[in-house]
Amino acid sequence: MTTPILQATGLVKRYGKVTALAGSDLELLPGEVLAVIGDNGAGKSSLIKALSGAVIPDEGEILLDGRPVSFPSPLDARRAGIETVHQSLAVAPSLDIAANLFLGRERRRPGVLGSVFRMLDRTGMREEARRQLDALGIMTIQNPGQAVETLSGGQRQAVAVARAAAFGSRVVIMDEPTAALGVRESRAVLDLILQVRDRGLPVILISHNMPHVFEVADRIHIQRLGRRKAVVDPKSVSMSDAVAIMTGALEPPA
Amino acid sequence: MTVVEERDRSVLTRVQHLLHAQATIGPAVVLLVSVVVFALLSDRFLTPGNISLVLQQVAVVGTLAVGQTIVILTAGIDLSCGAIMVLTSIVMAKVAAETGLPGLPALLLGFLVGTLCGLLNGLLVTRLKLPPFIVTLGTLNVFFALNLWYSGSATIRGTDMPPLLLWTGQTFTVGGTRITYGSILLVLLVAVMAFVLKNTAWGRHVYSTGDDLEASRLSGIRTARVLLSVYATAGLIYAVAAWTLIGRIASASPQAGQTDNLDSITAVVIGGTSLFGGRGAVVGSLIGALIVGVFRNGLALAGVDVLWQTMAVGVLIIVAVSLDQWIRKVKA
Repeated sequence: MTTPILQATGLVKRYGKVTALAGSDLELLPGEVLAVIGDNGAGKSSLIKALSGAVIPDEGEILLDGRPVSFPSPLDARRAGIETVHQSLAVAPSLDIAANLFLGRERRRPGVLGSVFRMLDRTGMREEARRQLDALGIMTIQNPGQAVETLSGGQRQAVAVARAAAFGSRVVIMDEPTAALGVRESRAVLDLILQVRDRGLPVILISHNMPHVFEVADRIHIQRLGRRKAVVDPKSVSMSDAVAIMTGALEPPA
Repeated sequence: MTVVEERDRSVLTRVQHLLHAQATIGPAVVLLVSVVVFALLSDRFLTPGNISLVLQQVAVVGTLAVGQTIVILTAGIDLSCGAIMVLTSIVMAKVAAETGLPGLPALLLGFLVGTLCGLLNGLLVTRLKLPPFIVTLGTLNVFFALNLWYSGSATIRGTDMPPLLLWTGQTFTVGGTRITYGSILLVLLVAVMAFVLKNTAWGRHVYSTGDDLEASRLSGIRTARVLLSVYATAGLIYAVAAWTLIGRIASASPQAGQTDNLDSITAVVIGGTSLFGGRGAVVGSLIGALIVGVFRNGLALAGVDVLWQTMAVGVLIIVAVSLDQWIRKVKA
């Protein structure tokens, strides 16, 4: 059996009296798109936040390449090579595309200008941003100097995905990337997900949209009541059966 | 008919986009136009003596506005800036006057006090997670009370102070216009802050923290640290304003600068910086302070009553904020 790139065992997260995660497991294999589905309140978001360092689980263990890791902050998860595209997108609207791509890890100019005067390498970051957008085939964005708030929802999503793909060295996590998008924009984002996977980066995709999940996922992790209920193969399980397992109407096949 | 409307709208949209990309263009145009208008209204307006008067009047509020700008860029507000300034001016002056401490250590002590006051604001905002408006409303009273207590409500005369504390009020002459070193200090401060905001990662994080706190946090920015550093830096800048204030009034008065906190906010807002954070520039705030100074001075020279000067400033504020709201609705 292949070692999972990212593995979580027995994650527990409580908010006061509410238990969001009740001992949840997760395994992400190299080079796959793992979809995570579940009803509202099943603990999808908490699971993903724990993996991306946005919340700290009360119990349980996270293994990256088989080694235990802990992420006290999102920065630590990013340093470990786990990039997340949050549902809220986590972009600063008034900054431009290049600034957003490098937000929190800006590059400085070489020499005295960078070390003493702390000057940012604007041109370098813009060029790199352009390269990253081109590499993912995001042609609708002309100018990396454009402010993000002037972009459409799909274009903003593309920026967030490009950022994750550019810096994620181990895992890319995407939380509801198509939720706010139209048909054509969703199409483009699904293609982006497959492109990221084909570059060798495994992807965790959280989505409510069953057709999207069944289209791109290699395996489907079904979350129910704070636990992993089942992992199914989209080629052998029907969409309605997956939904039935998710809602508890059907017991998962052994 | 429709065609004409279409064209009008596209011109308007273009203006909107221009202002969106360059927030200081609006205030710069307003300043230029008002200078021209007031020069036409009064012969005395553009005389060297009057120009140096306006620059002196603007120096203190302008310096405060530099600190206020970085706070407002983080979607905060600092009502305590005037109180920090007065407190530090009293500390600098009284320590020097009473203990005979030389000018430089007295000045540095004042800078330290200002920074600590700002740091307290920052700690309350980041640790107790209170809204900046409430925090600084509280510390405004705390600092003002400390100022009255320490000063014993007494003014410290300039003649009792080391010359360095009064240096900001000293002048040199350029083309017949007397310029104070306090004004030069302001221009230098604006230049340095403009560079830092535009060219460093810290500057970018100040903008992004104000723009979207949660997004910045998720992007790995230590937003609490950014906010702390912003309030502390602002406190240091208010201490510089205190130095300029001592030079300006040639004394240190516990009752000085009572409305300077609101005046600094006025300068920042008129200068095109958004009260909702994440958008604006420190150069705009300097222009904003100059606009207020030019309006008050120009209207006074034109023989307009003080109450109408105040009303003009009020209208300017409303116009500036409405403009900001409109610019924010920009579409691709």
